[in-house]
Amino acid sequence: MEKTLPIIEINEKYCKGCHICVEFCPKDVLEMKGFYVSVKNLEACIKCMQCELRCPDFAIKVITD
Amino acid sequence: MAFEYEKWLRPGKLPHIWCPGCGHGIVMKGLIRAMDTLKLKKEETAILSGIGCASRLPGYIDCCTLHTAHGRAAAFATGLKMARPEMNVILVGGDGDGTAIGGNHFIHACRRNIDMTYIIMNNYIYGMTGGQFSPCTPTGHKASTTPYGNPDPCFDIVELAKGAGATFVARGTAFHANQIDKLIVEAVQHKGFSVVEILDDCPTTYGRRNKFKSVVEMMNRLKEIAVPVKAAEKMTAEQLQGKVLTGVLYKDVTKPEYTAEYAKVIERAKASK
Ligand SMILES: Cc1ncc(C[n+]2csc(CCOP(=O)(O)OP(=O)(O)O)c2C)c(N)n1
Ligand code: SF4
Ligand code: SF4
Ligand code: SF4
Ligand SMILES: [Mg+2]
Repeated sequence: MEKTLPIIEINEKYCKGCHICVEFCPKDVLEMKGFYVSVKNLEACIKCMQCELRCPDFAIKVITD
Repeated sequence: MAFEYEKWLRPGKLPHIWCPGCGHGIVMKGLIRAMDTLKLKKEETAILSGIGCASRLPGYIDCCTLHTAHGRAAAFATGLKMARPEMNVILVGGDGDGTAIGGNHFIHACRRNIDMTYIIMNNYIYGMTGGQFSPCTPTGHKASTTPYGNPDPCFDIVELAKGAGATFVARGTAFHANQIDKLIVEAVQHKGFSVVEILDDCPTTYGRRNKFKSVVEMMNRLKEIAVPVKAAEKMTAEQLQGKVLTGVLYKDVTKPEYTAEYAKVIERAKASK
């Protein structure tokens, strides 16, 4: 069965660059790019939602089907 | 699926005022998930706060809210609950607001066992005003007003609430984000005064003075010190040194609730006419 990838939505208007999502992602999917977070390796995402849960700023969403 | 926080937020209020990595945002998200789980009605739910960074929380949430005077949220909330006992009343605030200037109101709300939930975000400091020490700053730690280390012993909010008469007392942390909503759900469901302490981080005024290099380091410290109450049962006193217990730490369903008792007073007064 083919793995469906989530959509990771980052809202740069809200992101404050705190690193929390990058650090606590168990699969190293995210990275800091300048001030904001960005997706480095979407393929590795296991949709655990840790990034969305921990972000203090409502800035990252993991959209799955 | 992504959680829809938007339906509980007042439009146009984000980004919030809190600093990068401040745990208050994590607590607010936990509260929103709890309100959603409980299917609270916006018009029957009131969130009240005092003053401080933590106390800015009600401004973001779309329900009945009241931003009151420093330390006085419990007093306003008591008035509200007495007049409208059917309302779900939730108080939020910081350690400074709740245990320094508001310590009096806090202990008396506990003593009365009035049915409401108090979420206290303990970041060990007066964040908003530049990092003065609070009654929850650990001994020896640095604040702007204790640059050589705080000589004061600090309050244990859980023990304080229990001692003063609260009938539901729980503790979580901003690291254990997943647990925050679960503790709040149980606290709101409890009939009586329930206290949920969330150990929090203030990277801006506490973290940098106390040699935390980053927000992530502060989060990891919360992870390290927290021990779930069940796990603690199997640990020795030595192993528990420097740890804090998390989870539901106290529950008493026998003590009468204040508004119910007051309703009886009203009945007695009517009968005596
Ligand atoms: C009557 C009064 N005294 C003092 C202040 C100044 N003041 C504003 S916020 C605050 C402390 C807030 O600390 P805390 O409740 O821990 O919230 P935090 O900012 O850490 O989230 C103080 C002393 C005030 N606003 N009103
Ligand atoms: S959902 Fe989990 S694996 Fe995917 S980016 Fe977020 S934290 Fe990483
Ligand atoms: S946790 Fe949120 S605010 Fe912090 S870097 Fe990630 S998206 Fe940005
Ligand atoms: S000063 Fe501290 S408590 Fe206030 S918003 Fe900044 S990090 Fe949070
Ligand atoms: Mg504080």
